[in-house]
Amino acid sequence: MSTFWSSWIIGGTLIVILGCAYILRMVIVDTMGEEGKEMPHKFDGIVEMNNPLPKWWTYMFAISIVWGIGYLALYGVANYEGPWQWKSANKIVYSLAESKAAVLAEKEKGAIIQYDMEMAMAKETFDPIFAAYAAKPIDVLAKDPEAIKVGQRLFIQNCSQCHGSDARGQRGFPNLTDNDWLHGGSMEKIKETIMHGRNSTAMASWSAVLGGEQGVKEVVAYVRSLSGRKVNAKDATAGKAKFGICAGCHGIDGKGMHVMGAPNLTDNIWLYGGSERAITDSVANGRIGIMPAWKDILGHDKVHVISAYVYSLSNK
Amino acid sequence: MFKKFNHELVEKNAGLLGLLAIVAISFGTLVEITPQLFLSETNTPMKNMKPYTALQFEGRDIYIREGCVQCHSQMIRPFRHETERYGHYSLAGESVWDHPFLWGSKRTGPDLARVGGRYSDAWHVAHLNDPRAVVPESNMPGFPWLAQTTMDGELTAKKLSIFRDYFDVPYTDEDIAGAKDAVKGKTELDALIAYLQSLGTHLK
Repeated sequence: MSTFWSSWIIGGTLIVILGCAYILRMVIVDTMGEEGKEMPHKFDGIVEMNNPLPKWWTYMFAISIVWGIGYLALYGVANYEGPWQWKSANKIVYSLAESKAAVLAEKEKGAIIQYDMEMAMAKETFDPIFAAYAAKPIDVLAKDPEAIKVGQRLFIQNCSQCHGSDARGQRGFPNLTDNDWLHGGSMEKIKETIMHGRNSTAMASWSAVLGGEQGVKEVVAYVRSLSGRKVNAKDATAGKAKFGICAGCHGIDGKGMHVMGAPNLTDNIWLYGGSERAITDSVANGRIGIMPAWKDILGHDKVHVISAYVYSLSNK
Repeated sequence: MFKKFNHELVEKNAGLLGLLAIVAISFGTLVEITPQLFLSETNTPMKNMKPYTALQFEGRDIYIREGCVQCHSQMIRPFRHETERYGHYSLAGESVWDHPFLWGSKRTGPDLARVGGRYSDAWHVAHLNDPRAVVPESNMPGFPWLAQTTMDGELTAKKLSIFRDYFDVPYTDEDIAGAKDAVKGKTELDALIAYLQSLGTHLK
C-alpha cells in the first residue's frame, strides 16, 4: 500500500476516534445551564429536563475509545502492522504458488496469520489420521468401520451431488453399489478414477455412420437383444452385422471395455436408461460422461479414504 | 446568535445536524472504501487470468438476470470450514474484471466462487433444468426455459467493447469481432454453464 493511502486510512481512523472523544468531552463540559433544572424549550406541555449523560453510558463510550485505540495498536491498520503482524489471511497474492509462498514467508517472519494458524492446527490434528488411513490398502480400509464412516462423510459432501447420497447414482451418473464398472472396479481403478477424473471417453453420434434412422433402429434392436429383451428378429440380425462398428469400444460380445470406459451392454444395467427410446438417443446422438478430478480439491489421502468407501459398497 | 459551537447549536439547526451527520457517515466510506478503488493490491488481476469468453460473458449476464446472486455467494472467506468445502479463499485479483462483482451476501445455496470444473456439463444441464432430478434435497428452482432460449449475440460485441474501453478488460479486436458468432445459435443454458465452469479457475 502506498504511503499516501496508508496515511489516509490511519489519519481518517484517528480523526474519527478523536472526533468521538471530542464530542464526548464537549457534551460533558458544556452543561448548558444548571443540571436538574428545566430546559427552556417546551412542546405540547412537555418540558425537557437538563439531565447529565448517564454515567454508565459515558464510561462505556470512553472505554470504547480506549479499546478502539488499543485494538488498532495491536492488530495494525493500513501499513502499520502492529507487534504481532496480525492478518486474517494472505490476501495480496495472485497465483496459487504465491499463496503457498506467502504462507511460508509469513511463518518465517513470525507473523500471526489467523487462517494459516487455523490450517496448521487442523493439519496437525487431522493429517496423522488420514496419513494412517492412506498407509493401509483400500481393501483393509474397506473393512474398518471408522474409516468407512469418514469416507461416507466425505462422499456425501463431495460426491452425492451426482452419485446420490446413497451412492446409487441416477440417470447419467453411475450407480456405485452394483459392482458394474465403466472404468474398472478394482481398488486401484476406483482410486484412479477419483484422483484424476474420467473425461477422455465419449460416445460419438453414430447416426450418419449407421446409415440414418433405419441403421440406428437395427443396432438398437440388437443391443436390446443382448440383455434378453424381446426385439424384432429381423432388425436384430441386421443390427448384429452393423455392431462391428460398436465392437471397437464395447467388444465383439458387447460386454464393454474398461480401458475405453465403454459399458457392458449385456447386463441390463443402463446408465442412460434401457428403453428403446433412451438407447436410440444414445446411439444416434452420442453420450459424454465426465467425472471431475479430485486430486487437487481433496488431496491424495482423502481420495484414498473415499475410494475405500466406494470399494466397500460393492465388496462387502 | 450563538456564542459558541455547542450541541445546542447543532440540536436546534436541522440543516446543520444533517450536514454534520453526512460528514460523520462519509468518514466510513472515505476510509474503508475509497482507498480500495485506487490501491494496486485490489486492482491487479490474477496471473494467468483470462477475460470471460463471449459465451461466458453472456452466461454471466444470464446469471445476473435470473438473480442467482440472491441465493449464491461468490466469496469464499478465509476460514477453514469454508475452504475445506469450496477451495482456496477468494482473492481481490479474481474480481477486478467483474462489473458489477457478484460476491453476494446470502447463501441459500452453496458458494459458487470455485464451482468451475467441479461438476460435468451434463450435470449442470440436468441440475439447471430440474435441480431435484440430481439432488433430491435441493430447494433450488428449476430454470427449464434456459435450454429453450436461443441467443442471437447481437449485443455481445458491444458489451465486450464496453468492458474493454471503460473497465480495461484486455479484449482483443479479434475477441470482439468474433463475439457474435461465438454466441449466435447457442442456448442460454450453454452460456450459463460456460460461465459457471469458468468460476474460480483463474487461481492457478
